[in-house]
Amino acid sequence: MKRIDLAGLTAAPAQTWGAVRLVPLLRDEPVTGLRLHADVHDDGELSIVQSGRRRAYISYIPHAFVATRSAEGAPAAAYGTQLHDPAVPAESDCIRLRFRGRLTRRENRGRLRFLPLHLAMEGYLALQFAGPSVAWQEWTHQAVAHGLSPRVEASYCGAAVPGLQDALRVFEIHPGQCGMVLYVADALAAAFVVPHPDDYRALHPSLLQDFYGELVYQYAHLYPAVNDFSVRLDETRVGSLADLRASIVESQAQWEEFHRVMAGGLLDAEDLSFTKVNRVGRFTLSRFRPAFNPDVDNHIGETITDEAGRLVYLKTFRLSAAQTRRGHLLSQLAAHDWNLDETARALGADRQALTLRLDRAGFGHLLRPEVIDHSRAKARAASRR
Amino acid sequence: MPTAQQVACEDVVMFVNAAIASTAQREFRDEAGAQRMSLGFLHEYVLGNYRELYAATLALDINHLNAAMIVTNLLRHASAAGDTQRAKEGKLIAAALRGMPPQRVYGVFGELRRLGVNNRRCRAIVRDWVAGRPDPAFDAVKYRRSLSVAARHAHLSLPGEVGTALFDWRRPKRYDTPILESWRRAHYEQKALYELPYTVAEGLAARHGIDRARFLNGIAPRLTDLERIRLQSSAARHQAGAVAIDLATAPLTRLAVYVLSLPRPQRAARRDELTAALRSAAARAARRRAGTWGRVVAVLDDSYSSAGSAVKRRRPLAVALAAHYLLEALSAEYTGMWLTHRGDPLLVHPVGTTGLGARIVDALEHRPDRLVIVSDGWDNAPVGQAAEVLRVWNTRLDPAGRTSIVHLNPVYDSDSFAVRRLGPQVATVGVRDAEDVAALVELARFPTGRAGFDALRTHLADRVERFLAEDTQAGTQ
Repeated sequence: MKRIDLAGLTAAPAQTWGAVRLVPLLRDEPVTGLRLHADVHDDGELSIVQSGRRRAYISYIPHAFVATRSAEGAPAAAYGTQLHDPAVPAESDCIRLRFRGRLTRRENRGRLRFLPLHLAMEGYLALQFAGPSVAWQEWTHQAVAHGLSPRVEASYCGAAVPGLQDALRVFEIHPGQCGMVLYVADALAAAFVVPHPDDYRALHPSLLQDFYGELVYQYAHLYPAVNDFSVRLDETRVGSLADLRASIVESQAQWEEFHRVMAGGLLDAEDLSFTKVNRVGRFTLSRFRPAFNPDVDNHIGETITDEAGRLVYLKTFRLSAAQTRRGHLLSQLAAHDWNLDETARALGADRQALTLRLDRAGFGHLLRPEVIDHSRAKARAASRR
Repeated sequence: MPTAQQVACEDVVMFVNAAIASTAQREFRDEAGAQRMSLGFLHEYVLGNYRELYAATLALDINHLNAAMIVTNLLRHASAAGDTQRAKEGKLIAAALRGMPPQRVYGVFGELRRLGVNNRRCRAIVRDWVAGRPDPAFDAVKYRRSLSVAARHAHLSLPGEVGTALFDWRRPKRYDTPILESWRRAHYEQKALYELPYTVAEGLAARHGIDRARFLNGIAPRLTDLERIRLQSSAARHQAGAVAIDLATAPLTRLAVYVLSLPRPQRAARRDELTAALRSAAARAARRRAGTWGRVVAVLDDSYSSAGSAVKRRRPLAVALAAHYLLEALSAEYTGMWLTHRGDPLLVHPVGTTGLGARIVDALEHRPDRLVIVSDGWDNAPVGQAAEVLRVWNTRLDPAGRTSIVHLNPVYDSDSFAVRRLGPQVATVGVRDAEDVAALVELARFPTGRAGFDALRTHLADRVERFLAEDTQAGTQ
């Protein structure tokens, strides 16, 4: 699978509130074999999640999802929100830390617990985490021996995005709704798909606890309101009530088409790289990351698909421009075995420009100080001339 | 119609709609603060520009909050009116105060005191109203604090022991007035508090540590109708059987609010009883208009937003439900259509989106004489479809206007200073109690520009005359 396919889901008309536009996704036929429910953690604590040998992923995690596989086709009800008994917390000096085990964990047969979006985020952070594969002399000893650790990215909690709370509160959920595409100032911020309408109803408020990229936060601040796209019916073609009804149906088709254009950044992204994370029965949990092309939208996320490749669960996170650039630089470096000259050539720049770019992107600590100093001096000399 | 007149007409109709619908409480989409501020501005604006019409609105079925605000504002800015205008306003104010619940009127007096409005005219109004109360001693017990504020502000001389009970209550060893004596004794004796009004007795019962169930059973005969209907769920919880209500006398919208407060299995179990009560309340509200409206189709909004807010639980839905039964009584042939709900209207539940457009087409297929839409006007599936459907209907399919279409909106939108409209061709009227629907539909011809400003003035003058005549009639009885 190389791209996100929303087959089986239809977009319904959007509802707007301030700068936020919410597009509901409806499923004609709910998926019955898999159910999700939220697993809310005590708030205000940092979590440490083990993500591999000698690696830890630290983040604020308000909730986890539990995917439950029920017998094929058997009727299943949503579990609703459940409170978890706090695990034994490890006391540190000032911040309480909690160890969550792994990002995904098999709770028992047919139940899988995973932390929404963190799976995707971890995938992004772990990108080229091992550091330079060849010990070129420009890289510091630390970079070669220990990789990029610690790798840090910031994001904003949904509650901090102005207007999002009200927009989610006044949103009128469709009876058959199984998902939502969220736009802030008409930029695609996140997409969320669940298997069953009951799950959606239970998990709708969790959109507020999710984290969103910097771009979403800034747009919500900068744009006071987006316009509603009102329907226009052509009255010259209407001669009877049947015609009127037909033109309503037609306008619905237009709406569908329009939504495909709006969500193009996510749906038309061709070369997403998917990594399988876990399996529960016939369902596969995987995460994806984009090709890090700085010219287009870049979304990371996670999916659950069934054996036929049909999308059952989806959650995405929009990377900011700076995050995309970082991803782009790292993938380019990796593609050229971390050789500065070759990478610079591939990027259409020279060694000095690439060094400065790496420094500005926050990877300056990987290069030896004299390499950066030399580039800076050359840049200064060039600007004086 | 000249533009100035059209603007005036729109402003006044906008204000009337707001004064009927808005209670300055939290709504589904607006906070209470936004509602209060928006409504306050609207009052100032209409008072400044159309003072005469502003006063005349008191004669319409506006809600008590707005009536109180109008009275306060008229008295605050009395100097801006001439003598004849003031005399006219005086009559309207007196009549309006007589029609309002006492706690609202005492609220007005308290507000006047806070604002420092005190002159001979004002004091006379307070004096006359208090003199017109059936039992001042009862007021001295139930509205103790408010009456004392009013008495001090307007320098009232209160009859007999009432003044003593308010200002020198420690001195007398006993009172001769029965209710004052009960009130004195209730401080020491549990039995005496069952002779007091519920609101007073409740506090004293708590002080005596009386069990809630026993208290409710004891106080049941003293409850007012609205207190009784409000206490239903509490009484059921404490198994206080004496608080049972007589559904046959409850007003329609209150009854609808009560019905919707019951869980759905209970509504289904008591279906016959509740339906009969709603039908009879609707028949009482329709009175002699029953059956005169011809073929009526209603599109009723049961979207999630009709759940209202924490302070107005399911109010928009209750208005829609009440309108359903009222229209059934008013029309010769009736069809009610909910947006998502199907089947028995008693079991309606606020859920889903507001897809008005498609449903209006369904309704128009019945070719009704009248189409009534009850909705908060947030047509969002998709946005603006209802407006387009109605526009096309008006321009292409029914240019002669054989079907009269009216939109009733129970929610005031603070951003636009009006109830939200569906489109420029459709008359939108604010509604608070479904009982008033028949009278409100009369107002519906003004906002679309079909009737002029003069017609509006005449209509209001007519209503004022009727209002004052009814008031004198009630006074002489």
